[in-house]
Amino acid sequence: MTSPYAPHTEAETEAMLEAVGVDDIEALFDVPDAVAFDGAFGIPAHGEREARREAARLLGRNDDLTEFLGRGHYAHYVPSVVDDLASRSEFLTSYTQYQPEVAQGFLQALFEYQSMLVELTGLDVANCSMYDEATALGEAATLSQRVRSVSGETILVPDHLRSGKRAVLENYADGPGLTVGSYPMADGQADVDALAELCDDDVAMVYAETPTVRGVIEERLADIGALAEDHDALFCLGSDPVALALLERPADVGADVVVGDAASLGTGTAYGFGLGMFVTREEYLRQVPGRLVGASEDSDGRRAYTLTLQTREQHIRKERATSNICTNQAWVALRAAMHAAWLGPDGLVDLAEDCVTRPRDLAERLDEVVGVQSPVHDGHNFREVVAHTDQPAHAVVEDLAAEGYAVHEIGEHMIQVAATEVTAEAEDGLIGALSEVAK
Amino acid sequence: MTIYSQASWTDEDGDRYEPLLSEKASKTVDIEDSPLPDELTRDSLELPAPAEPELARHYTRLSQMNYGVESGPFPLGSCTMKYNPSFTEDIAALPAAAVHPDRPDRTVQGTLGLSYRLQDYLGRIGGMDAVTLQPPAGAAGEFTGIQIAKAYHQHNGDDRSEVVIPDSAHGTNFATAAMAGYDVVELPSGDDGRVDIEALEAAVSQETAALMLTNPNTLGLFERDIERIADIVHDAGGLLYYDGANLNALLGRARPGDMGFDVMHYNVHKTFATPHGGGGPGAGPVGVTEELAPFLPDPHVRQSDGGYEYYSPDHSIGKVHGYYGNWPVLVKAFAYITRLGDAGLADASAKAVLNANYLAERIPYEVPFGPFHHEFVASAGEQDAADVAKGMLDHGVHPPTTKWPEIVDEALMTEPTEGESKRSLDQLAAAFEAVHAEDDGTLASAPRRTAAGRIDQVSAARNPRLSWQSLDSDD
Ligand SMILES: Cc1ncc(COP(=O)(O)O)c(C=O)c1O
Repeated sequence: MTSPYAPHTEAETEAMLEAVGVDDIEALFDVPDAVAFDGAFGIPAHGEREARREAARLLGRNDDLTEFLGRGHYAHYVPSVVDDLASRSEFLTSYTQYQPEVAQGFLQALFEYQSMLVELTGLDVANCSMYDEATALGEAATLSQRVRSVSGETILVPDHLRSGKRAVLENYADGPGLTVGSYPMADGQADVDALAELCDDDVAMVYAETPTVRGVIEERLADIGALAEDHDALFCLGSDPVALALLERPADVGADVVVGDAASLGTGTAYGFGLGMFVTREEYLRQVPGRLVGASEDSDGRRAYTLTLQTREQHIRKERATSNICTNQAWVALRAAMHAAWLGPDGLVDLAEDCVTRPRDLAERLDEVVGVQSPVHDGHNFREVVAHTDQPAHAVVEDLAAEGYAVHEIGEHMIQVAATEVTAEAEDGLIGALSEVAK
Repeated sequence: MTIYSQASWTDEDGDRYEPLLSEKASKTVDIEDSPLPDELTRDSLELPAPAEPELARHYTRLSQMNYGVESGPFPLGSCTMKYNPSFTEDIAALPAAAVHPDRPDRTVQGTLGLSYRLQDYLGRIGGMDAVTLQPPAGAAGEFTGIQIAKAYHQHNGDDRSEVVIPDSAHGTNFATAAMAGYDVVELPSGDDGRVDIEALEAAVSQETAALMLTNPNTLGLFERDIERIADIVHDAGGLLYYDGANLNALLGRARPGDMGFDVMHYNVHKTFATPHGGGGPGAGPVGVTEELAPFLPDPHVRQSDGGYEYYSPDHSIGKVHGYYGNWPVLVKAFAYITRLGDAGLADASAKAVLNANYLAERIPYEVPFGPFHHEFVASAGEQDAADVAKGMLDHGVHPPTTKWPEIVDEALMTEPTEGESKRSLDQLAAAFEAVHAEDDGTLASAPRRTAAGRIDQVSAARNPRLSWQSLDSDD
C-alpha cells in the first residue's frame, strides 16, 4: 500500500526520479547497512472505514458511566458553534505564527484570549498557553528563581494538592534545586495560621487554589498574599476562568502569577487534556515563559498582530530561555476564547453562579440520603462537594459504578461529587442510586 | 505562476483589519445578588458579548486571514507540516474517547487498551522497548527523557553535570538540558555538517549525562557515524538521546533503537499527522530501552489478566503532565498509524524524501550540504532569508523556516513533506525562482498580497501591547 496522503501518480514519481537523477527512491536514503531496518513493524494497514471501526471497537470497552467527577478536570456544555468554527482548517492545520502576515487570524484570536485572561485576573500579561495547569505551576516555580527580589528556594503548596500536580511541580523544581513543601488545610481551606508559621525567608513562592481541590472557595486569599509578600516570595494562585468570572480578582488579593486549566471552557472532558493559563504582572514580563502575541502596525499603518518578545524563547535564547516550551496549546486557547465570547459576561457569570448553587443544593440532597452526611466542609462550594459515607467509601463508589455513576473516592469514608449543568438531569438518578448503596 | 491574494477585512475607519471582539460588542456586568457574600466576589466583569451570528462571522473572517496546510504548500522546515486526515478528527471526537481521567482502570479499559496499542506501535516504529504517552509536546518529551537520564545516573550513584548538544540542534534541546539543571556543552559541527568525531571525543567525558541528537540532523543529513558516536558516548557512561523531530525521514528504513539510542521522543504532530492547531496541541511520547523502563513517568499502562492496568514504574521520575498527556492528539496519531500500517508509513517517508530531493533540484538557491533526506537547507546567499520568506508569501505558498540552523548562511530550511504533489512542488519552485530573481528593493516591501502588510517587529517588542486593555491606555 502507498500512503493515501501522498498524491503522486506512478508517472509523476518516475518523472521526479528522473529529475533527481536516480532510478529508485531507496537510493536517496543514505543509511549504512549496519543500522538499516527492513520495514517490518508488524502494523497492519486499514481502510479509513476499517480504521474508524477498529478505534471505535477499542474505545467501546469503556464503561458507559455518568460522571460526577471533577478535582481539576471539568465538564461544561460546549456550544456547537465552537467545534464548527475551531475545526476550520485554516485554524486547525496552521502552526506557530512565524509569518504573521499570513497568520493574522490566529494571532488576533490569541490576542483576544490573552485579553480575556487579563480581564478575568486583573493582572497585566497573559501568555497564549502552557500545556496544562500542572506544567504552568511548574513554570511559575521556575519563574520565582528569575525574579530578583526573591531569594528563597522553597515552594509551599497546600497539602491537599492533587498528587499529579505536585509530581509535575517536583520535576520542574528539580533542575533549579527548589524544595517543595506543603502547608496544612483546615476544613477544606488553607490553614493560614499554620502557613504563617511555615513562611520564612527561604520561601520563594506560595501557591494556593480557589476553588481548592475539594471544591471549596478559599476565603483568606488576601492573607495568603500578604504572607508571601512579607517574605519577598511570589504568590501564585490556581483557579480557572469560570471561577474567576465571579470570585475576587487575583490582582485584588495580591497574586503575582495566576495559573490554572482553562480547557473547562471550549473543550470539557477529554481524559485530562488541558490548557495551562499563565498570567502575571508587567514587572515580570521579560521572565514570562511561552509565546506572547502583541499588537503592532503593518506597512499600511494598520494595527496588526505578531508574536513578540521572542528573545525570551528557546529558539533564540537557547539554554538561557525562560522555558523550553515550543509547541503549546494554541488551538485549545482558541476554543476557550470562542466559548467565553459565546457566553459573554452574563452567561459566564450565570455559569459561575450555577457552580456555586448547584453543589450547595446537591449537598443538601446528599445529606438526606441515609448513611451520607454532607457537606463535610463548611465553606462555599464551587462545582463539587465532599460527603461522608457511613459505609466504606470504596464500596460505595464501586456499587455506584455498578449502577452507572462515577464519583470520587477521596478517603476511607469520604466521597467527592462534582456537578455541573452537564449532569443536571442525572442528579435524581445519582441520589436514587446512592440511597440504595449507602445505607 | 499561481496568483494569490489572501482574504483581508479592513474596518471602515481604515486603521485596523477585523475589529477586536471587544471593539465589536463589549459589555460590563455588575456582580450583585450573587449566591456568595460580597467580600468573596469581584465587582464587575467586562467581556465581549457577541450574538452567535456575529461570533460566527468574526471567527470565519479570522480564519480567512490565516494560512494552513489545507490552504497551500507549507514547507516549514523541521515542522513536518503534512496533511492531517479528517477521519482522525472523528475518531478523537468519539464520545467513548471523552472520559474523565479519574475513572478507575476497570471502567476505562477501552482508553487503556488504545493507549497500550499505541505504546506498542510506537515501540516498534522506534525500535524501543517501552513507551510513555504522557509528554504533551516534543520539548516536554525532551524534558522527560533528560529527567530519565538523570534519574538513571543518580540511581547508579553517578552524578553527572553536562549534556552535549550539536550547534545545529533545535533550541528546545539546549533549553531542556538547562531546565533539568545541566550545563550545556555545545558541539561544533564538522565541515560536512555532521557530528565531528574528534570534537565529540573532546566534548564527552565522565561528566556527560547524555548526548542529544537528531538523525537525520537538522540539515537533513544522516549521521553515518552513528555507531561510532554511540560507542563514544556509551564508553564514557553517557546516554544517547534521540530528538524525534525528523523521524518522518526514516520510517521503515532505520530505527533509533537500532542505531544505539537509549531514549527518544516521537513528535506525533509531525510524523503522525496530527494537526498543529496554530501552535499546538501536539504530543511527545518517549521511548526507552529496557534498562531505562523502570524510570518512565508514572503511571504506565501494562497488560493485566484479560485487560489493562496502570502501574507505577519502580524508579519512576514522577509526572510531566497533570494527567495522561494530550489524549485527543494521541488518539489521532493512533488513527493515522492504524490507517497506514507498515507499507503506508514506509511510503510516507519515501515520498517525503523524494519530494525534498525533487524540490531542491528545481530551485535556484544553493544547498550546501547533502545527501539530505526529508528536508534540505538552502542558502539565500546575498539575499536576506527573512526577505525571501516575505516574498514567497505573495506567491500563495508558506515559506521555509528561516535563519536556522545557523551553520548555513541565511538558511532556508525546507521540508515539503509527502503531502505535496509534483504540481504543487513545481508551484513552490516557481515561487523560489520568482523571489530569487527579485532585487532587494522589491523584497523589502513584500508581502503585498497577504491579509496584512509587513509587520513592524521592533515596535511590537519595544512597546509591548499584549491585550486590548493595553491598547485603550495607549491609543
Ligand atoms: C528538531 C526539533 N526538535 C524539537 C522540537 C520541539 O518540539 P515541540 O515543538 O513539539 O515541543 C522541534 C519542533 O519544532 C524541532 O524541530
